[in-house]
Amino acid sequence: MEGFPILTLITFLPILGMVLILFMPSVQKQWIKITALVVTILQVVLAAVLLANFNYEAVGVNQAETFQFVEQFRWIEIYGGSWLGTIKIDYFLGVDGLSIPMVLLTAIISLIALISSWKIDNAVKGYFALYLLLDTGMMGVFVALDFFLFYVFWELMLLPMYFLIGIWGGPRKEYAAIKFFIYTLLGSVFMLLVMIGLYFSASEKLGDGTLAHTFNLLALMDQSNYAPDGILSPLNPHNLRFIAYIALFVGFAIKIPMFPFHTWLPDAHVEAPTPISVILAGVLLKMGTYGILRISFPIFPEITRDLAWYIGLFGMINIIYGALVALAQKDFKKLIAYSSVSHMGYVLLGMASLTTVGMTGAILQMFNHGTITAMLFLLVGVIYDRAHTRDINGFGGLATQMPAYTGYITVAFFAAIGLPGLSGFISEALVFVGAFGVPEIRTITIISALGILLGACYMLWTLQRIFFGKLNEKWSSLQDLDLREYIMLVPLAIIVLLLGIYPSALIDVMTSSVNYLVEIMLPTTTTISSIGF
Amino acid sequence: MDLTSLNNSLRLITPEIILSIFLVIVVVVDLILKSNKKVIPYLAVLGFAVTGIVVISSLDSSGFAFITASTSSKQFGMFAHDPLGGFFKLLILSVSIFIVLFTITSSEIKQIHLRSGEFYALMYGMVLGMMVLVSAVDLILIYVALELLSLSSYVLAGFTKLRDRNSEAALKYMIYGVVSSGLMLFGISIVYGLTGTTNLYLINSLLQGPQINILTLLFAVLLIMAGVGFKISAVPFHFWTPDVYEGAPITITAYLSVASKAAGFALLIRVIQIGFVSFVGSDGFWNLIPVFDWKALLVLLSVLTMTLGNLSALWQNNLKRMLAYSSIAHAGYLILALATLSTQGVVAVLIYFIFYALMNLGAFYIVMIIADRTGSEDIDDYDGLGYTSSFLGVSLIILLVSLVGLPPTAGFIGKLYLFIAVLDAEMYVVAVIAVLNTVVSLYYYLRVLKHMYLTKASDSTQSVRASGGEKIILLLLVVPTLLFGIYFQPIVDFTKSCITVLGV
Repeated sequence: MEGFPILTLITFLPILGMVLILFMPSVQKQWIKITALVVTILQVVLAAVLLANFNYEAVGVNQAETFQFVEQFRWIEIYGGSWLGTIKIDYFLGVDGLSIPMVLLTAIISLIALISSWKIDNAVKGYFALYLLLDTGMMGVFVALDFFLFYVFWELMLLPMYFLIGIWGGPRKEYAAIKFFIYTLLGSVFMLLVMIGLYFSASEKLGDGTLAHTFNLLALMDQSNYAPDGILSPLNPHNLRFIAYIALFVGFAIKIPMFPFHTWLPDAHVEAPTPISVILAGVLLKMGTYGILRISFPIFPEITRDLAWYIGLFGMINIIYGALVALAQKDFKKLIAYSSVSHMGYVLLGMASLTTVGMTGAILQMFNHGTITAMLFLLVGVIYDRAHTRDINGFGGLATQMPAYTGYITVAFFAAIGLPGLSGFISEALVFVGAFGVPEIRTITIISALGILLGACYMLWTLQRIFFGKLNEKWSSLQDLDLREYIMLVPLAIIVLLLGIYPSALIDVMTSSVNYLVEIMLPTTTTISSIGF
Repeated sequence: MDLTSLNNSLRLITPEIILSIFLVIVVVVDLILKSNKKVIPYLAVLGFAVTGIVVISSLDSSGFAFITASTSSKQFGMFAHDPLGGFFKLLILSVSIFIVLFTITSSEIKQIHLRSGEFYALMYGMVLGMMVLVSAVDLILIYVALELLSLSSYVLAGFTKLRDRNSEAALKYMIYGVVSSGLMLFGISIVYGLTGTTNLYLINSLLQGPQINILTLLFAVLLIMAGVGFKISAVPFHFWTPDVYEGAPITITAYLSVASKAAGFALLIRVIQIGFVSFVGSDGFWNLIPVFDWKALLVLLSVLTMTLGNLSALWQNNLKRMLAYSSIAHAGYLILALATLSTQGVVAVLIYFIFYALMNLGAFYIVMIIADRTGSEDIDDYDGLGYTSSFLGVSLIILLVSLVGLPPTAGFIGKLYLFIAVLDAEMYVVAVIAVLNTVVSLYYYLRVLKHMYLTKASDSTQSVRASGGEKIILLLLVVPTLLFGIYFQPIVDFTKSCITVLGV
């Protein structure tokens, strides 16, 4: 694999597809769709190649030499005078155990959501062009190791997402689209300020021995690179690292979305077309938690330790609040949206534990939530396509009418609740085991466990209302799943089952990196050795 | 003044002389050609291009023209030929070329076809005023150049006389302009009374002396700022901007929003850096003579300007008016960069200006193309336009995204350098205000895109197609906007080579 720019390829292949699509006549709808399909299939193949060649022992996180498939080129290098110094921006891509699950997830979800997009019939060219642009942005965020590059990819997603919700969405699409855009931008402008602050505080030695300010994330993680008078330098007694941490965290928290920044999510989900909901829940929300793991934790370890309790607390609020609100929903899609809020809370709780078990659970939960919720949104889309309503109370007795559909939705629901044997169980269990082991957040963990109960309540109650009881005669003509829907659902169901039975398939990928991350977060304690199943 | 010194001075103002010659040529050709005046705009472009080449060829040389003052060791003139002036001259000339290209296809200008010679002659007047202004280091010359610029632009604002709003714009512009330049002249005379000179360099050395009355100087500087603030439409001197921008022909609106603003900023940079800086530290920060707190004034102006500009833009339905308020907001960001009072702040201003010129001209041009076809600048008439004219739609997306300042567009790089300068100066609170302003601005820029793409076209929406020529001109603005967003090294390097100010 030496020298083959596989990460560039996996990131920019969609852009290439987009350019191809832009040159196609807009009446050739079939060819446009096929082009996009080919691109996303290739992306999955590349992701599989990445996984096959991935070295499970290499740790990454803040060690440049142990990152894999690294591509690093000087992108911008501007020599300043005595003032401002030299500016250096790298085109720096690489993956480690933290990012490879997300790369896999992005590739899989992009393909599945694309299949789900097959029914889009209006402005096809624009839709698929924007879809592929979004794809590049998402993939880029997970492979970028330079803060500047990360930021560019992070912002690159906003505009396509705005149009995808705004043009192809539901009745209140304009409101939902602008709300999404403004919320996310609000978070990311603060991220920009922190990024510049870090850039000023740290510098990296260039090849010729001169010092240059840098956006290189790995250099920013190394405390010896900070100047004593840097504003975000740990050596400076009057530093603003605490404020910067909060600002950065808010930027990521909006994306998760963490209470109280979650209000854009239900609107965006309800109004977005099904495939975009799938992308949103499957990949976009993970960027927030990934950003915290990749940037906030290793760059600000001491503040993370101080604030871990609060992160856990917000995780708990997310879990309980999301579940309670979900319980009150009448709209099927909104229910799933709030269940997302609840389930992302587990990720926060697992990260707050700062233990190998908890963090492994968190990353696994990111992946599992991606696949499970993608499945749920697809299933909501299936019923909405047929019935043109999502009112939970309006259904009833669908189990006899649509047995296969009921089967899949039961699998997805049980996986979300955390039934043993399905993937959700493993990640939630790991999160709780990890968090419970930390005395400081034990109370929070115990309260959070109520979330599982509440989750079971709203999921089972929904199942009962929609699928059991007497069949509402209005729906006696509903068809069961068709071939296209099977193609979307079967792979996800297999993943959910597989990771439920054999979670090590994914856990082993991240163990070395997570162990190492925990080690650098808690320099004084002994490392908990890797876990096995 | 002896002959060699005169000769020397004339050599330094070659670009201005060439420009004047072309002004005369335009007027004469206009007299000769009776009805077919199609050649005049091309002649105008030629003149700007030739002047531009001369400016480029002498970009790295510097010197004073018209030596009027001297201290024991140095001589100072009225006119500084230096890289900073060269930068602004190039910017102004490039913008002028684009504006003339805009006028070739503009239907407003076609309707006054017979008077087009005067139109371009007046434009030359404006350019000449701006070129002198960006190099002037003597308060009298500054005032004269400013008046040349202003008088030409008053006439141009009302030149077409096609609508009532036209004349209203011109009149409003003139009344505000005359008042503010009167105030400025008053300020200049007080400064002269205090120091006995009008040369900025001498003023600087006199201000360092002990016997300056601070209160009187404060009054004088505020009066001078009224004149400068008017040109860069800083709050509270901005009242003319929306009305004039809405009423004037679009080409002139675009011109005022970029070129004359650039000249205003050049003037502000010079007044502060030459008149009030005692020395420049090795870290790039300016140490001011403690007679006037420029930082407080500029920060205040900047916060007011960007906030008011953005908040007012939210409610506008006329796109020209919206872009007018948006340009006020951008002036606020630019003042903020200057408020850092540092070399990196000036670099940020210059970089921002290049990108601002690209995206703002582009946005105005699209509004012009659409207004030419539909006769409306109202945002409701943009419903569904993105589908009927995808080229204009996509171009406008890129330009507006750039105006918001999102990557990967040039606007982001402008904002990046702006915030680098501001954070370097440790001005954290204003930095937060500025980023919040960016978020506010997203709403009204997106509103345009919402109408173009998210709203279904009503029956009255006409299809708009850009002609081949218009597409090429637009591409010349849109492609760099994207390109510089991805690779901005050459722009930054060029800008850094241009920040030398003579004698500081």
